[in-house]
Amino acid sequence: MPISFKLNGESVSTNAPPETPLLWVIREGLKLTGTKFGCGAGQCGACMVHLDDQRTFSCQTPVSAVEGHEVTTIEGLSSDSSHPVQKAWLAESVPQCGYCQSGQIMSAVDLLNRNPNPSREEIIRHMSTNICRCGTYPRIVQAIERAAREG
Amino acid sequence: MTKTIRSHSELPQFTRRQVMVGAAGLSFAFVGCQNVADTPPSGAASSSKEMSPWVTIGADGTVKIMAPAVEMGQGSRTSLPLILAEELDADWDKVQIVPAPPIESIYGNPGFGGMMYTAGSYAVFAYYTPLRIFGAQVRQVLLQNAARHWKVPVDELSTEPNTVVHTPTNRRIDYGSISTFAEVPEIAPEVSETSLKDPADFRLIGKDVMRDELPQKVDGSAQYSIDVQLPGMIYGAVLRTPVFGGTPESVDKSKALEVDGVLAIEILPYGVGVLAETPWAAFEGKKALSVGWSIEGPGDTFNSRQGIEAFAKDARTRSRLTKAWEETGDVQSALSDAARTYKGEFRSDYAYHAQMEPLNAVASVSSDGKTCEIWCGTQAQGVAVAATADALGISPAQVKLNDMLLGGGFGRRGPRDQDFVIDAVLLSDRVKRPVKVMWTREDDLRNGRFHPMSASFVRAGVNADGQVTAWHHRKASDLATKSQDPVRFEAAGQTDFISMAGTEIKTYAIANKLSEQVAQYTGMRTIALRGIGYVHNKFVTEVLLDEIALGEGIDPIEYRLDLLSGQPRATKVVEKVAEMSNWGNTPEGHGLGVAYIDYKSQLAAVVDVTVNSRSGAIKVHNIWVAIDCGIAVQPDNVVAQQIGCTVYGLGLALSESISMNQGIVEQTNFHNYIVPRIPDVPKIEVEIVHTPNPPTGAGQMATPLIAPAISNAVAAATGVRLRHMPMTPERVLSALNA
Repeated sequence: MPISFKLNGESVSTNAPPETPLLWVIREGLKLTGTKFGCGAGQCGACMVHLDDQRTFSCQTPVSAVEGHEVTTIEGLSSDSSHPVQKAWLAESVPQCGYCQSGQIMSAVDLLNRNPNPSREEIIRHMSTNICRCGTYPRIVQAIERAAREG
Repeated sequence: MTKTIRSHSELPQFTRRQVMVGAAGLSFAFVGCQNVADTPPSGAASSSKEMSPWVTIGADGTVKIMAPAVEMGQGSRTSLPLILAEELDADWDKVQIVPAPPIESIYGNPGFGGMMYTAGSYAVFAYYTPLRIFGAQVRQVLLQNAARHWKVPVDELSTEPNTVVHTPTNRRIDYGSISTFAEVPEIAPEVSETSLKDPADFRLIGKDVMRDELPQKVDGSAQYSIDVQLPGMIYGAVLRTPVFGGTPESVDKSKALEVDGVLAIEILPYGVGVLAETPWAAFEGKKALSVGWSIEGPGDTFNSRQGIEAFAKDARTRSRLTKAWEETGDVQSALSDAARTYKGEFRSDYAYHAQMEPLNAVASVSSDGKTCEIWCGTQAQGVAVAATADALGISPAQVKLNDMLLGGGFGRRGPRDQDFVIDAVLLSDRVKRPVKVMWTREDDLRNGRFHPMSASFVRAGVNADGQVTAWHHRKASDLATKSQDPVRFEAAGQTDFISMAGTEIKTYAIANKLSEQVAQYTGMRTIALRGIGYVHNKFVTEVLLDEIALGEGIDPIEYRLDLLSGQPRATKVVEKVAEMSNWGNTPEGHGLGVAYIDYKSQLAAVVDVTVNSRSGAIKVHNIWVAIDCGIAVQPDNVVAQQIGCTVYGLGLALSESISMNQGIVEQTNFHNYIVPRIPDVPKIEVEIVHTPNPPTGAGQMATPLIAPAISNAVAAATGVRLRHMPMTPERVLSALNA
């Protein structure tokens, strides 16, 4: 039985075994490679997507769990990098190697969706799920503050 | 007797054989090569006809510039073309950056003897002057062509971005138009270094531009090798020998072959590969393998906790032969004559790169096995091609490299054997299909190559005035350079520069110095990591120096400034960081610590900490960093790199540790290899001290400052010295209770 769900607003389906992590279905099955593999253990946040209106580690989510749900990836945020968080990320020149940044941005959007004016402490608590090995953390905080301000 | 051994730090002479050719539009090639004898050939072009260009100017004014450095977040894929564009007076909006093909004779880094190798913060440092000169030469050719076209003397012409101007007649012509009629000389025009632009006239250097690839990094479209998708591609996972030198002796494939989607199991010289229709099936198949290993060499009995004790004994007692790295004066006599002596034993654990993109590559070997195309994120393009050719027994000319963005490098993607590329090459060769091999995070740790574990023993002597007169540093560590790159190890006279760099005392005025290595042979895999030997070696130097300052009753900053007298650039960064941190006004209950390093670039940092005496946790509140890297080609990027280096240094200082038992790495993922997360990051302030000196690098320089500054701050707060990296709460508690 194929598993069907909505990916960035489009109906998709997959024949992957139901226990396959959503990450691999998105990346290698459906070829949306903006969502990254970092640890496979829900430790680093590189794979962060939105499942309905909640951020989710796609490496920890079996594809069977998204049947009938809506999944949003970095590619679904905007068609032209016009999302306020994407604009803020460029304005603050956040990315270095960039590999973790899709996950960082998806976590940041999740925060601002539920809390449009987070305090610095709230930003730090929320973003502690995501590792950036290049150490762009201070600029991540600045970009979220900018997105909240300029939203 | 005075003898200085610095075999590696002398840069090879950059000599140029200058040839310019016109082909496909107006192209400018330029052979910038030197001793490439130690690097294997790599599809190199030998005649000018085949020569690949550095710059191509299109009729529409587009200026394509080759980027010889790969991009792993450090920014030099943008900075190097920008340097060339500056002297060419190109319009940056019309510049297109193109990754250079792996032709080392044209694009090799003069700082690495002509290797294409993005490492050591050597890109801007070593390419800066050659690229400026070449940009100026291309500009000269454009000027000469415009002069001929207008029949005016060339010295009446000037340029504005992408435009030649003849002021007396108020005529202008853009570079694109010139390209349609230009003739290119066989020999490049003479341009001397002194005729280059005055830095005051720079339009691009020193002005921030957006990094070329940044927009793709916020919309998910940036392409790393892990993102490559090819028709007919299958997936591979490799269970590698847990200990270097091991081979699979007995393999039970049956359970792996039962996994849905697994296509084949292939025995490799160093492991067992699983080929599958999907990544998940490949990973599940790998988990289901049962393999017995045959291990050659000492690695399978190695335990790092016992190992470091053995290292420390060797460093203390000199029970084995040593090799000098720096020797000046007579350190033994000076120690005997000293008014007072200080000594210390220092240790550092193995550390892991933890680049966020797990190692991976894609390879496609042709059906006849005679050609291969690879997609990878490597720090050494020519080496990746050569390693692939060697693995297949074909010519490097038959290997096509697609070098992709790197999801972090930090040294892990630079070794001579390119282990992560070869997995894909060998498996693709077995099935003659495109194969993407991905390492899981667990594989990336299990098969990691680490910053070497080290133990150092240092003795220093001071005279009656408290000035340091003698410094003897003996370091025990594996030969990381040999493990990373046997070719460069031999070329450097079997000197382990990756471990030893930074044991030398370059700028402090100390008359008698000896640093030496007592090599260890544990069989563990060691390699360069961001900051290389400086990470451990400056921990040693800057902490012991601090102890001496306090022992002599002198403020640690004053003490350093005294040792740095007559060194204005060094003095300035130390003074700057003292001012930034409001040195001398430590908040109640806090401790402030300082560190200075000469890493070609001049840097100093002050760290502000408190220590929880119950848990042993060190809380870092503030870090101030001052850097003089000469001309900052991209100042905002220099700041971003120092912030990144600081966070990286924080992890190495406080939490990152790899241990081995029976040669097997004990850490498995980010729950037990602890890297800094956002709540761990203090307020970080970076200031650039601008000087008009040539650029000296910015990509890793602040990393080694952090651990010694933290140790010194903890000593200021508690009176207790920490001499083992990382300074974990357990180690802090044990020091507090000692």
